[in-house]
Amino acid sequence: MANLNLYSAGDKRFVIVNMILIAIFTVSTMYPFIYIGSLSFSSGFAARAGQVILTPIETTFEAYKYILSQRMFWVSYGNTFIYTIFGTLCSLLFLIPGAYALSRPQLFGRRFFNLMVAFTMWFNAGLIPFFLNMRDLGLLDSYIGIIIGFAVNGFNLILLRNFFEGVPSSFEEAARMDGANDFQVLWKVYVPLAKPAIATVALFCLVSRWNGFFWAMVLLRDEDKIPLQVYLRHTIATLSNDDEFSATLIDAPYSVETVSAAIIVCSIIPVIIIYPFIQKYFEKGILMGGVKE
Amino acid sequence: MNGADGHKADTPKVAYTQRSRMNRIVDHLKRDWQLYVLLLPTIIWLVVFLYKPMYGLQIAFKDYSIFKGVANSPWIGFEHFETLFSSEGFMRALRNTIAISFWSLVIGFPVPIILALMFNEILNRRYKSTAQTIVYLPHFISSVIIAGIVITAFSPSAGIVNTALSWFGIDPIYFLTRPDWFRPIFIGTTIWQEAGFQSIVYLAAIAGVSPTLYESAVVDGASRWQMMWKITIPCILPTLIIMLIIRIGNMLEVSFEMIILLYQPSTYETADVVNTFIYRQGLQNGQYDFAAAAGLFNAVVAFVLVIGANSIAKRYSRTSLW
Repeated sequence: MANLNLYSAGDKRFVIVNMILIAIFTVSTMYPFIYIGSLSFSSGFAARAGQVILTPIETTFEAYKYILSQRMFWVSYGNTFIYTIFGTLCSLLFLIPGAYALSRPQLFGRRFFNLMVAFTMWFNAGLIPFFLNMRDLGLLDSYIGIIIGFAVNGFNLILLRNFFEGVPSSFEEAARMDGANDFQVLWKVYVPLAKPAIATVALFCLVSRWNGFFWAMVLLRDEDKIPLQVYLRHTIATLSNDDEFSATLIDAPYSVETVSAAIIVCSIIPVIIIYPFIQKYFEKGILMGGVKE
Repeated sequence: MNGADGHKADTPKVAYTQRSRMNRIVDHLKRDWQLYVLLLPTIIWLVVFLYKPMYGLQIAFKDYSIFKGVANSPWIGFEHFETLFSSEGFMRALRNTIAISFWSLVIGFPVPIILALMFNEILNRRYKSTAQTIVYLPHFISSVIIAGIVITAFSPSAGIVNTALSWFGIDPIYFLTRPDWFRPIFIGTTIWQEAGFQSIVYLAAIAGVSPTLYESAVVDGASRWQMMWKITIPCILPTLIIMLIIRIGNMLEVSFEMIILLYQPSTYETADVVNTFIYRQGLQNGQYDFAAAAGLFNAVVAFVLVIGANSIAKRYSRTSLW
């Protein structure tokens, strides 16, 4: 399509209007992030007066100084790293072997097991039974509960299974000739071949772990275990509702707005850092996953 | 299938007794035990974390007590459902869910399609990929942050929206405390967050359109506008229809996480959906059995919708070219 022959001089106006519309859409996607970034570097006074529009006004790092001096900020940041890293590893530990087994045509009962996976995507017991189950398992308020309780997800499992199904069986047969068993076939043949698909799934897991909020809020009571997103939520909520806190800020170099903005920036940075890698894989990923079931 | 077919060939049909079936299964287990070892953790996980809660759904028909547990709480039949359907709170949540997903669909469904068509018309490759990189980004940002941005931007005292309104002499509006503003803000936010990412599916469909169609259109002197309407859109129509069916199937899946982050008691009348209702009644007020009944109703309706949508989509895609 990007062939210049296909586009005549008469289309120029159409193409230019289109480029401008895309530019408007792109800028309106970017703008809120720029606004928040600028707000976080502005003085509390400028923020309260609503002077920040595009660039930082009265540039200062006071909001960051305030945030970085909060113990809970560091505790929750550390927790998020724990949940993200161990959660993703745990997911892969379940998903790779499970998806491989489900992809093997010789697996007896394969249809049944696949249906069992698909059914979880159609029917969900809901919040309450899931919560009560976690409580009965003794997984409330525990790192393990958050890490294991959300390890498997039907979409990722099917995505990986579809990839394994697409690998030509000649690879497996060649390995079998050399006397490899199922474990070796998976580890030495399929895992190396499936690196792009595994990377896709790993990145999906990383992002959803990093962003996970609802269940962490519901399942964790102990403040020292909460992840960054829950802390962020608490802080923004208390900052914007707590008049006492606001009152102490009248003379402070930071304000409710700048502090909220600074936490938002701190929690976005890691996502921005891995975003180029995500982008490399996810397009393929969502298309692979969408093909079947 | 090799193994299974081999066995069929060995055994005459008459000998298909219960015993030979058992033998066959044992043979499979013996030969493929390693595969079952690989599969087992995932299956156990599914049973423990997803199927056990389905068993726990029975509390919707019980007078659940924490001390008696799921199995030993007494049955009370449909009492919770009767309370549910006569409670104004639940009926309101149901109405809100339908209204919010209906408007999300009507306003939100065309946006990614238009975006994909527009991306497709950009000839400068770098411009295109830069724009795509940016519009996909919000999908990967957590709802807490998105809500945080919304709360900051719409703040009545210093938010950019009210600052902008003040230029036109409009007094500050307390957007997030006003029921009439909740839906526009919520729907706008989700479209802003997801439209770019959702356009990927349509871009893939457009990439699949045969270039020869365009070439012959150029020979006939068609403009790009005409080609878009006469070639691109008809060619991606099957994808479009399937996405629409799937979207309708997922009607009840309103992103309640975002609603929890954005609503407040003063906006419940337009913002409270079934899942946020369940969250408040169950997890905050501890009425587990009653909330589970609401959840069961939600899950059954969602299941029927999804299965219906899937089978329609399947039938449709079989008859269409896609």
